[in-house]
Amino acid sequence: MDGGFDWSFFVEVLTGGLLSGVMYSLVAIGFVLIYKTSGVLNFAQGSMVLFAALTFVSLLEKGMPFAVALALTLIAMILLGLAIERAVLRPLVNKAPITLFMATLGLAYVIEGSAQLIWGTQVHGLDLGIEDVPLEFSGVLVSTFDLFAAGVAAVMVIALTLFFRYTRVGLAFRAVADDQFAALAVGLRLPHIWATVWAAAGIVALVAGLLWGARLGVQFSLSLIVLKALPVLVLGGFDSIAGAIVGGLIIGATEKLGEVYIGDYFGGGIESWLAYAVALVFLLIKPSGLFGQKLVERV
Amino acid sequence: MSFTSKLRSFALATALALSVATPAAWADEQYFPLQSYRVGPYAAGGTGFFGGFIDYLNLVNIRDGGVNGVKLTWDECETQYEVERGVECYERQKTAKNVAAFNPLSLGIQIALLERATADKIPVITIDHGMTATSDGRVFPYFFPLLMNPPSETSAIINYIGQREGGLDKLKGKKVVVLYHGSPYGKETIPIYELLAEKYGFELQQIEVPHPGSDQQSQWLTIRRLKPDYVVLRGWGVMNPVAIKSAQKVGFPVDHLIGNVWSNSEEDVIPAGSAAKGYISLITQPSGTEFPVVQEIIKTLYDKNLGNLEDKKRIGSVYHNLGIVNGILNVEAIRTAQEKFGNRALTGEEVQWGFEHLNLDEAKIAKLGGAGLLQQIHVTCADHEGQGSVKFQQWDGEKWNLVSDWIKPDRELLRPVIEAAAAKYAAEKNITPRTCAE
Repeated sequence: MDGGFDWSFFVEVLTGGLLSGVMYSLVAIGFVLIYKTSGVLNFAQGSMVLFAALTFVSLLEKGMPFAVALALTLIAMILLGLAIERAVLRPLVNKAPITLFMATLGLAYVIEGSAQLIWGTQVHGLDLGIEDVPLEFSGVLVSTFDLFAAGVAAVMVIALTLFFRYTRVGLAFRAVADDQFAALAVGLRLPHIWATVWAAAGIVALVAGLLWGARLGVQFSLSLIVLKALPVLVLGGFDSIAGAIVGGLIIGATEKLGEVYIGDYFGGGIESWLAYAVALVFLLIKPSGLFGQKLVERV
Repeated sequence: MSFTSKLRSFALATALALSVATPAAWADEQYFPLQSYRVGPYAAGGTGFFGGFIDYLNLVNIRDGGVNGVKLTWDECETQYEVERGVECYERQKTAKNVAAFNPLSLGIQIALLERATADKIPVITIDHGMTATSDGRVFPYFFPLLMNPPSETSAIINYIGQREGGLDKLKGKKVVVLYHGSPYGKETIPIYELLAEKYGFELQQIEVPHPGSDQQSQWLTIRRLKPDYVVLRGWGVMNPVAIKSAQKVGFPVDHLIGNVWSNSEEDVIPAGSAAKGYISLITQPSGTEFPVVQEIIKTLYDKNLGNLEDKKRIGSVYHNLGIVNGILNVEAIRTAQEKFGNRALTGEEVQWGFEHLNLDEAKIAKLGGAGLLQQIHVTCADHEGQGSVKFQQWDGEKWNLVSDWIKPDRELLRPVIEAAAAKYAAEKNITPRTCAE
């Protein structure tokens, strides 16, 4: 420290930032799945994360074994996804994107309210059995839990990539994502695909909910983690899983390094807006994000 | 609680609200407009506090037939801890007859009501919190930050740290970090910590955590680099368990992390799991069910399914007991005012007099069943806080245990700060402070 720049501390902040970024990516992936296939920015993703975590932990506290609670929550999330498609999206087919966005905004409040009505407002602890003690590598501390979360995110991304590339449903997803009208023309059933993708987003919400829930506790604030995912999406692109990961890493690293090294010049507490400032700069340079598809429209 | 019983509670609450709104029922009833929050990010605190408050009002009605025959009534208006909703609720609820006092449990709502409630002559109670200047009753006759205002809290925490170090003189050269919520509430004590650092000679670093505080990696890495002797947590909501977990992540000893009054509940430590074992925080009222008044509430209400909390495990929790204490203070203010104005329903102005002459000594507190739960309080025209003290508690993984006796803040040092803040407000608003006889 005294002799000059503390590289060890820099690496620690950078590593911590990258691992935090992975946690943001976990939420962002749920957005990407929906946007990719239906062009809807699902603002209710955070509420789905809350609903999943609250359902799981409440079942666990009722004495159910971990695996049973997980399976039942999985079923609940799939049913929720199917219900959203049937009750909200299908009646709004061919409506303007802003209408669909507003519908998901309303949906967010309905899901949050329902989750609290069904399971109560109490704060719950969630122990996934991963003790969050720091690991030390050459004087650099790394969080065990964050490493575990990064591993889970990696597994999820691989699973989703394989699913999109090698399964019939995955191929159908990609076809719809490429061109909805062409997909319809070759006989793909859009409602069926949307229902499946909403169910998949529900599963992603469950994974994110468990990891974020173990980190924050299972409480209403889980629904606010969408605010962490939005700059990630702007930066990485709304329709790219790879973009969600890379975007998360960049945002995580930037906000942590920014807070530690330049935060004092702005009075501290800059990381919440710094992420959005970075996203805004990217938006001006590359509006579709780093990995997003460039939209070419005939006018 | 099952879904049907929740619906039943809702129907009951609606019926109660309708009964409150019936003019014929107002004759000998004192009305409490509750600006509660039972949904939203701070619902856990809101349900506990307002649950305790309602339980106490209910106990007084059922056990004593009200306050000297005057029935206590209330209804709830949901604010979700949002200022706009709080103001909306205030405007709607203030029109009822015999409004006793507002208890919004929100600094933001209190600030929004400063001019309104003064003009309407209705007391606003902010137990354990509130804008610093409102302690000066000469400028703020209708505002009561009872038991403890932010400067007192700050001073008590430093006094406790001094006590642990073997005396306030031992603070010289120590390093203290204050981790505060990035909101007006969080920033309220910045100058007070600076004042105390200057007085006692400790090194001070204050670090902001942006709202809501769900990620504190950078703040805690900075703390790790600073290597402080103590970290004071001035948090709220999700920020608290995340801070406790993050402390563990960077290897900071959790028993040197001292939580303030809004970082002291079961809701703050349970989500942090084993990381919270050993965590210390400040309280103005201990948790637990052993106090006679809590036992009365269990016997009179919960044993007959009349209690307000959905989850009986929360009876005697920090927020529930704070709500009960708040109930005691509100009811005793009415009783005090009745001694002067007669045993009838009172106006807001009369209840204000009651608050301003609230004087509960140990004997009175014991009679109310609050021995050990509630500290002595003596509110005056000039001092709307009431000379309270605090204790410190430590989480053992299951429950809170007291680790200190009552600790007094350094009020001699703080009073000029309060008076200066009040004088500044008075000058800005062109208010001539009242002259207090006491």
